[in-house]
Amino acid sequence: MRDAFGNFLRQPGAGAVLSLVGILLFFVVFGGVDLVALMGAASWVNFAANMGIVAIPVGLLMIAGELDISIGAMIPAGSMTVAIVSGHYELPIMFGMIAALGLGVIVGTINGMLTIRTTVPSLIITLGTLVAMQGIVLTASKLLTGAASVAVTAPSWAKFAFGSLLGASHQVIIIWWIITAVVFWFVVHKQRFGNWLFAMGGDRDSARNAGIPVDRMTITLFILSATAATFVGMCQAILFNSAQVSGGMGIIFNVIVSVVVGGTLLTGGFGSVIGIFVGTLTFAVVNQGIYFTEIDRNWSNLIIGATLLIAVAMNESFRSLALSMVTRKKTPAPAVQAAARP
Amino acid sequence: MSDKTPVLEMRKVDKSFGPIDVLHEISLKVNEGEVLCLLGDNGAGKSTLIKTMSGVHQPTRGEMLMDGKPVSFNRPREAQDMGIATVHQFGGTYPLMSVGRNFFAGNEPTKGVGPFKVFDRQKANRIAVDEVQKMGITRITDGDRLVGGLSGGERQSLAIARAVYFGARVLILDEPTAALGVKQAAHVLRIVNEAKRRGLAVIFITHQVMHAMAVGDHFAVLIRGAIAADFRKGEKTREEIADLMAGGESMADLEANIEGYMETHDGHVPEPAH
Repeated sequence: MRDAFGNFLRQPGAGAVLSLVGILLFFVVFGGVDLVALMGAASWVNFAANMGIVAIPVGLLMIAGELDISIGAMIPAGSMTVAIVSGHYELPIMFGMIAALGLGVIVGTINGMLTIRTTVPSLIITLGTLVAMQGIVLTASKLLTGAASVAVTAPSWAKFAFGSLLGASHQVIIIWWIITAVVFWFVVHKQRFGNWLFAMGGDRDSARNAGIPVDRMTITLFILSATAATFVGMCQAILFNSAQVSGGMGIIFNVIVSVVVGGTLLTGGFGSVIGIFVGTLTFAVVNQGIYFTEIDRNWSNLIIGATLLIAVAMNESFRSLALSMVTRKKTPAPAVQAAARP
Repeated sequence: MSDKTPVLEMRKVDKSFGPIDVLHEISLKVNEGEVLCLLGDNGAGKSTLIKTMSGVHQPTRGEMLMDGKPVSFNRPREAQDMGIATVHQFGGTYPLMSVGRNFFAGNEPTKGVGPFKVFDRQKANRIAVDEVQKMGITRITDGDRLVGGLSGGERQSLAIARAVYFGARVLILDEPTAALGVKQAAHVLRIVNEAKRRGLAVIFITHQVMHAMAVGDHFAVLIRGAIAADFRKGEKTREEIADLMAGGESMADLEANIEGYMETHDGHVPEPAH
């Protein structure tokens, strides 16, 4: 039992799980929250799902030692693309969707190529593409439609798959989030791709020398994060039947906070999909769950800040615990070890 | 020994970067089951020589031969495929990854088919632990353990074990003992002897004469990009080698100076120069 708990603490996501439990306890004790009502509520799950689909690839990039903040512009870019192509020009929704996802592939490729071809940190590169994309989206929508807000009506199949509500108010994107998480969990933690990813984040040059296709993986990861962002934007446009040009600056920090609370090491080489998933949930519970408490919601940012610091401190200490791990169950008795030594 | 074909041989290799000549007419050979110690002070051109051997740089002039046949490497990967493995100070190990995952990074064993092929963690862990234990590191028993928790010597040994397992024939060790304590260094030297016993050709780069003397069969001293001395085990004493590395007789001169000073100053040593 003690061993099981010890092993749990050594997982990258342990800090996030404990933070989530801590936040819920805090809300129950100090906020008088009704847990059943909170669990049944859609607001925070919807919030988490919209953020979580982007947080997973952004987190993987962070594990690989890179950062992508252009996602802030890519979400509105995705929804505007669908709305302009299929709403303003009234092309079939399929074209709008392909255009939105294709835009993600293009911008992701640009981010990735610039990152591997130059020595400029990816934070700066994606800051550049972030601002550039904001300009492009605003200009394009003004030029093409004359407005900064465009309506779009999706046919029923697209509405069902990407913009419907499950039950009363849970968005279908929650399902997409779970699928994304499961697929990425499998690829990262069960397949060799994951090994390459961690090696890349641990020591890029050694990984390259070991024959890991570091450059190709960097580009792939940037494409995944940008495309995930346009996918979320696309779903939002289909759900709300319209899209607006917006800054999208807030989501950048929300995503990064979620990823870091989830136990991802900012400098790369450590993290997990489960951690990122739970980190996103934690962030969403703080951000949206506060409405279910008696706590003045103006405090929510303070709580998020404190959670971030506490979670990161926990992650730090759990990581050093993981480094000092000597499993008791597999180690032979000390006498045997001493005898084995010459 | 001299009638054997060397595994790796360099014949009059020059390397220049633009107008700057770094290596001059380097001729070296290393046989199976032999340790060639490459000695040299900082800036003597050791790193450039290693990089030339491991395919990072290409020789400007001269030729390289493996098993008597001329070879040229355009990329480090080509040298690796020919069996030349380079282990740097921290040996390309990833601190936050487990022993098993480190061992197989880039060459993971998998099971299953198609898109559901998974990394065979148990197999990787079992082989990794087996191989490092065979090299004499009995302290590593759990393949899930993170490498960052191992000592520097153990990480180095893991990297050497990995190179041996993946079929290295020439093992280039770049200052493997430089950052290690006495005990840890002894550990690595044991591994070097083990690799040699298994018939690998080892090129051991160091500036610690003691470590070189402990494992070397053959020594080459590099000064300002040229081989200043080339001799076999037992032909020179430690002091002679140290003098050579420091650039000729200057070390002996320095010692003589200090001794002379001590004789005339009641056994006190001179103030170090500033």
